[in-house]
Amino acid sequence: MSTTATAKKPGSDESTESIGASIRAAFTTNLRQSGIFIAFIAIVILFTFLTEGTLLTGQNVTNIILQYSYILVLAIGMVIVIIGGHIDLSVGSVVAFSGAVSAVLVIKNGMPWWVGVLAAIGVGILVGAWQGFWVAFVGIPAFITTLAGMLMFRGATYLTLENISLSPFPAEYARIGVGFQNGLLGGPGYDVFTLVVFAIAVAAYIFTQFRQRAAAVSYNQHVAAMPLFIVKLVAVAAVVMWLSWLLANNRGLPNVLIILTILVIVYTLVTTRTVFGRNVYAIGGNLTAATLSGVKVKWVNFGIMLNMGFLAGVAGVLFGARSNGAQPGAGNMFELDAIAASFIGGAAVTGGVGKVTGAIIGGLIMATMTNGMQLIGWDQSLQNIVKGLVLLLAVAFDVYNKRRAGASR
Amino acid sequence: MAENILEMHSITKTFPGVKALEDVELRVEKGEIHAICGENGAGKSTLMKVLSGVYPYGTYDGKIVFQGKEARYHSIKESEHAGVVIIHQELALVPHLTVAENIFLGNERKGRFGLIDWNEANTQAIELMHQVGLDENPTTPVGQLGVGKQQLIEIAKALSKDVSLLILDEPTAALNDSDSQHLLDLMKRLRDEQGITSIMISHKLNEIEYVADTTTIIRDGQTIETLDMSDPESNQDRIIRGMVGRELENRYPPKTGRHVGEELFRVENWSVNHPTQPDRIVIDNASFDVKAGEVVGIAGLMGAGRTELAMSVFGRTYGRHGSGKVYKRGKEIHTRSVAECIQNGIAYATEDRKRYGLNLIDDIRHNISAAGIHKLTSNGWINTNEELKVAQEYRVAMNIKTPSVLQKAGNLSGGNQQKVVLSKWMYTDADVVILDEPTRGIDVGAKYEIYTIINKLASEGKAVVIISSELPELLGTCDRIFTLAFGRITGQLPIDEANPEALMKLMTQERTAKPAAASAGEGK
Repeated sequence: MSTTATAKKPGSDESTESIGASIRAAFTTNLRQSGIFIAFIAIVILFTFLTEGTLLTGQNVTNIILQYSYILVLAIGMVIVIIGGHIDLSVGSVVAFSGAVSAVLVIKNGMPWWVGVLAAIGVGILVGAWQGFWVAFVGIPAFITTLAGMLMFRGATYLTLENISLSPFPAEYARIGVGFQNGLLGGPGYDVFTLVVFAIAVAAYIFTQFRQRAAAVSYNQHVAAMPLFIVKLVAVAAVVMWLSWLLANNRGLPNVLIILTILVIVYTLVTTRTVFGRNVYAIGGNLTAATLSGVKVKWVNFGIMLNMGFLAGVAGVLFGARSNGAQPGAGNMFELDAIAASFIGGAAVTGGVGKVTGAIIGGLIMATMTNGMQLIGWDQSLQNIVKGLVLLLAVAFDVYNKRRAGASR
Repeated sequence: MAENILEMHSITKTFPGVKALEDVELRVEKGEIHAICGENGAGKSTLMKVLSGVYPYGTYDGKIVFQGKEARYHSIKESEHAGVVIIHQELALVPHLTVAENIFLGNERKGRFGLIDWNEANTQAIELMHQVGLDENPTTPVGQLGVGKQQLIEIAKALSKDVSLLILDEPTAALNDSDSQHLLDLMKRLRDEQGITSIMISHKLNEIEYVADTTTIIRDGQTIETLDMSDPESNQDRIIRGMVGRELENRYPPKTGRHVGEELFRVENWSVNHPTQPDRIVIDNASFDVKAGEVVGIAGLMGAGRTELAMSVFGRTYGRHGSGKVYKRGKEIHTRSVAECIQNGIAYATEDRKRYGLNLIDDIRHNISAAGIHKLTSNGWINTNEELKVAQEYRVAMNIKTPSVLQKAGNLSGGNQQKVVLSKWMYTDADVVILDEPTRGIDVGAKYEIYTIINKLASEGKAVVIISSELPELLGTCDRIFTLAFGRITGQLPIDEANPEALMKLMTQERTAKPAAASAGEGK
């Protein structure tokens, strides 16, 4: 190492942006990221208005969380697949297959509920390893491998269930999908426990944000102006606490929300702070450059597919628990929802770009729209047309942005 | 005085926040070869995009007069219709289509019922190829021809469109010396025999001196001057002075501070076969070595196997491994994967930065840490604060011109991209550094900086191998030069015995009747 460090004094004047510069950055360089948040808020406001407030009642918010959790879990895996430059068309079938195996063990053979959970996740991992083998080591494009998987595992689901639905799961199993944590601290008409958990989460969030900001300043990095930073924190805290108030006034803290939150935190760290995550971005961005920088491309690809299988198994458990059984046709079209969530959330079609949080917001946009349209009573056909248009426009916005950025060079 | 075929008056083109061109004036006489030169980012390509309608009329200020009429092109189609054809640096041919199909792509020869008349097309293709000095079968897929011939096909394609002004954007950037020579002569012939006016954008000053009648120099988006090349004053140094706005005393920094030590790295009897044609030997029993603190060059013509040699040594990223051994400090090491090479302190900066060297859609910070990420990792977690610090240190040390290391690598100019690639490999602490065409497509000022970095690496006791097709570059930077011809090392010359003639003789030395039997060439 022979570089000359020229570290400036921490907190030197140029590292903090002016308020104007921060706002400008949000609308220029960070437009894609800010854009999706703005779009999400706009959609929420629009449908709150259209449903005359029903969208944001405690019961409906709880419903949205329960109903779309498994899509969000799939979206986490899918965005990683897409960042790596692949696609996975099989996840709907894998959800069904892992749920089916689980149901056969628990409902038919009377095994304990946790065996069923582990079996579903195990099936997901095995499927992931199978597809990872073909994609990574044989070199079959993921599109083909998972198209084959979509057919094979759908067939395997029918075979496992012998063409009939199985239900119901024991109560412990179903609780994963539809259960709540509540009443632990009592409360006068609302659940204090839920509020406390959220308050702790918000405090932790604010703490880490301040720590990151301090670290950024000490490393001479640009940070947003302090007033804006505070405004952002207050806004996030207000929205989250308001959400917890809604939940606390309904049935408390859904179990799936806990699982989902843990997954989002873990996978955000995996994608941003681990070598595996970095390698996924590298091979999606420029495969040859990644190879020539020492990335073990085959193993990374294997890991991507393995992980997608694992998350499909988790989603299989959640879906089985929520629907309280297994159906041969379960999970149909889930892959398309997960793919749409990733792209709406800012993943690039060519790979190399995307974020876990983006995919979650993308999934929430889809969920809010679907739920809102259902509440208004729009026809399924109309719902599909609107969702398709939103996907198209989101990617078109992305393409337009890139072209604008390209032309300004 | 001859009439001007093209006049561009006070062209100003602004992008959000940047003035790319400011009151640029360009006058091109009919039937001349007009060179435009300037540093990377000076605005040459922008000017040509304005001319050819890539930036449509209305998005720039100023006036273009072509063949006496004011031109207002809204697209390339319109400018081509008027007879302005631009040939871009990156070839725009479809490799799987045949020569004739490529030449008439978008301009098909239609016969009866609007169907394509392939006999007519192929016959015309032969005629057009003849004009550019090619004798190929028009039904050969273009991908099977070499880059030099592909460049000529591009020109044939331009001729098929009744071109009156041909614009060539760095036409020889990817060509070897003999192909370049052929192309330049063709430009002269087209001028003399068909009266075609050409505008050539180039970095290669000796080519400009050879071929151009007039040279316009652009710097920082402004016209600096237009030189009449028949004037003996208009030599290379004169052009350089105009381009950089200062005297460039020496194009190569002095080789000071080098202490050549013990042998650090040696490749012995290295043989490699073609990846898809296993019978074809690409590298044949090649051996070379480099000492600590020494800069060694590998000179070879296009197709000699320079990159193939480097890549096959570097983690077997090219071809099928035949035989051969690699030694470091006298001890045999293995280089079976890139990771193993990095562990052994070997670095390889690729020839084509954009395609093989960088993740253009990711930021500079992540590109710099890409190969040495293990140094920033503990228990599987990357220390992102430290990573940012490292990137910022390299930005300062390597003089990477960017407001922030969080900028995308794709936004940088060629020279700065190369500095990012070098930073990436320097951060791995490699002591054997192989640089493949380290200054290709880089302007004069940045080249000098790269040479300075090479010097610094050597003075720190590292072993540097430079692969280059530019002989002056090798002569200006190396201590010893190996020559590679047809996959074989044909000789080595210490720097005081090396000169272009001697090197060229070795670089063109054909296989002798009986190739030296691969003594260590056992298994496959």
